[in-house]
Amino acid sequence: MTANGILQITIFFLAVLALTKPLGVFMTRVFAGERTFLHPVLRPLERLCYKLGGVNPEVDQRWTQYAGSLLAFSVFSAVLLYALQRLQGYLPLNPMGFGTLHPPAGAVAMTPDLAFNNAVSFTTNTNWQNYPGEATLSYLVQMLGLTMHNFTSAAAGMAIAVALIRGFVRQQANGIGNFWADLVRSTVYILLPLSVLLALFFCSQGVIQNFKPYTQATTLEGKTQVIAQGPVASQEAIKMLGTNGGGFFNANSAHPFENPTPFTNFIQLLCIFAIPAGLTYVFGEMAGDTRQGWAIFAAMSVLFLAGVFVLYPAEQAGNPVLSKFGIQSAVTANQPGGNMEGKEVRFGIAASALFATVTTDASCGAVNAMHDSLTPLGGLVPLFNMQTGEVIFGGVGAGLYGMLLFAILAVFIAGLMVGRTPEYLGKKIEGKEVKMAMIALIATSAAILAFSGASTVIQFAKSSYWNPTLGPAIANLNNGGPHGFGEVLYLFTSSAANNGSAFGGINGNAPWYNLTGGLTMLVGRFLFILPLLAAAGSLAAKKRVPVTSGTLPTHGPLFVGLLVGTVVIVSALTFFPALSLGPIVEHYLMQSGRLF
Amino acid sequence: MWKQMLPGIRFTLVFTVLTGLVYPGLVTGLCQLLFSNAANGSLVLKNGRVAGSELIGQNFTRPEYFQPRPSAAGNDGYDPTASGGSNFGPTSQKLSDRVKASAAKFRQDNPAFTGPLPADLVTASGSGLDPHLSPAATDAQVARVAAARRVSAGKIKALEARFIEGRDFGIFGEARVNVLKLNLALDGIYPLAK
Repeated sequence: MTANGILQITIFFLAVLALTKPLGVFMTRVFAGERTFLHPVLRPLERLCYKLGGVNPEVDQRWTQYAGSLLAFSVFSAVLLYALQRLQGYLPLNPMGFGTLHPPAGAVAMTPDLAFNNAVSFTTNTNWQNYPGEATLSYLVQMLGLTMHNFTSAAAGMAIAVALIRGFVRQQANGIGNFWADLVRSTVYILLPLSVLLALFFCSQGVIQNFKPYTQATTLEGKTQVIAQGPVASQEAIKMLGTNGGGFFNANSAHPFENPTPFTNFIQLLCIFAIPAGLTYVFGEMAGDTRQGWAIFAAMSVLFLAGVFVLYPAEQAGNPVLSKFGIQSAVTANQPGGNMEGKEVRFGIAASALFATVTTDASCGAVNAMHDSLTPLGGLVPLFNMQTGEVIFGGVGAGLYGMLLFAILAVFIAGLMVGRTPEYLGKKIEGKEVKMAMIALIATSAAILAFSGASTVIQFAKSSYWNPTLGPAIANLNNGGPHGFGEVLYLFTSSAANNGSAFGGINGNAPWYNLTGGLTMLVGRFLFILPLLAAAGSLAAKKRVPVTSGTLPTHGPLFVGLLVGTVVIVSALTFFPALSLGPIVEHYLMQSGRLF
Repeated sequence: MWKQMLPGIRFTLVFTVLTGLVYPGLVTGLCQLLFSNAANGSLVLKNGRVAGSELIGQNFTRPEYFQPRPSAAGNDGYDPTASGGSNFGPTSQKLSDRVKASAAKFRQDNPAFTGPLPADLVTASGSGLDPHLSPAATDAQVARVAAARRVSAGKIKALEARFIEGRDFGIFGEARVNVLKLNLALDGIYPLAK
């Protein structure tokens, strides 16, 4: 590690800390439907949305109606995305002719299973991509399909988080808010204005924004280079801000047209954590005690810092296998040293390590370096981050509701230890809430482990439907040995966590992976959200119990420690066997120089 | 859920128009108005023809040019229609073989350079389009470029030094040299013999 690297990480963390309160105060007002400084301009737009949507935003929905609205919206928007992808050849804004009878050389066909995977992926805020964007999708699909889902899947996440908070703070109430109002307000007052500003900033730094066909250049050595174009800046802004992470291009935020400078990289990092961090403040403010929010923030920060200070030194130490070819692995005055495979020179080791940590803490999944080429311990951190269920700041909304699930478990465990009915924010945590939390946790973990296990052993005949070109499912890997297993484990972990980053060597564009991956994303999103909404409904109906000397305070260091411990122990117990077969054994094999 | 069906359809359309059409349309208009060069790819012209983008690396192979990092984009590298990294893990035999071959070739092409090779010089970037090298990696090529262009190494070194960009605000990222910009300047000042 270098002093500069530690400084970059410190500045980043302080900037997140500084944004948390102002953004939190603003978002609290928005979710409460109160007037903000943006109302003179945007209130008419909000009203127009309700009018066109045909709903009354004042109606308080029971949890079942709230969930029904979410599901209806998710289903229709996913179907629309599927249709847009399949029909792109017949639609406008497609200068390169993807999906037509004459696609450009190297184009990837949008098969039904790939379109399914991608429709689910963007609807669930996963944004896993089994295709290279610049060789697959028309500009129309990138905008109408992907940019739109970047907004709405993020707004839906925020809505769910706020609904769950309402469950904790309301007393003897039937409803937990109005899904459509939460969705519209998140989009109109928070995501849209910030995205416009960010898109303009990114473009000023070099991110492209046009509808032109790809540019033919003649290089200095006289060869032809075809430069991909497109409306990138508008998608880049919401991709980061909504913790979506689906790249316009295959290389994602490593691509110079998505992330041209170290400064844009820093702003992209801030975008990932800004709203999730702000939501912890919203939580405290709505609960009437901001210390409750800061306790959650503190627990997330501990886990974030632990991750980055494992990943960064691992990457800076480099790969001993390569050092023996006379390569400088230590940092010097004018070169970065370390493990530079898969990393960009402009970002170097520190900014790449920070990005890999942040993008997997939050369920963003954008990458500015290829995770498949991380060192074993460097790759272990993203995997473990995602396996916590994305609660380290986490996805917009998803991080907070995930962490509140762990808070329920933490007070439950504490309650068991002292033999007292657990409480959180004055609400008794009883059988129903704990059962719902466990369903959410078990469903996602089971999907990861079952499909990872199945993929390593399942055999298909070549030319079978499931994996027509390669046969057995492990034939799609780009690496052998434990790293190859890591690729499979990463695919399903990333899908269940709705993250979307990848050990990108795996060729996931075959029906087996497209369908099982898509299914895992659906489980990770909806079998997590629905039990939580049920818990929110049950909590909202309860009365608050008075604080007594026997109440566990949930705003102090003791609770933060308990919460961090719960997250780490639950995740480690579930995934340690799988991790030891992947990155952990790989670390020792790399040290001994074993190659695959 | 059935009562929520109609709003589900209607809001799908509302958001599709608002965030999928109006928003990117507005941003495109503003970007084209305010930052038209950047919005169109920061293209570089040479003799009136597009010679590339200053943000996108090119595959230089001749000794007279500073040569970039290995690239996994496309079959021949630096193909912007197929961006991406090698995705070789740390224990990959293919990675080891590729780095070994790159290192051997570099030493053969640059016999004057005897130190340890800068880490970025023999590793492939994540995008496959990395336009930069570390200053150490361009330093290592100065003697070869100078000999190939029949110019003193001091002059090439002086030109290269002008193209070193520091960290953003002195803090973020790493120092770097844009290889295409440097090579364009080389062609301008010390033209290739015809």
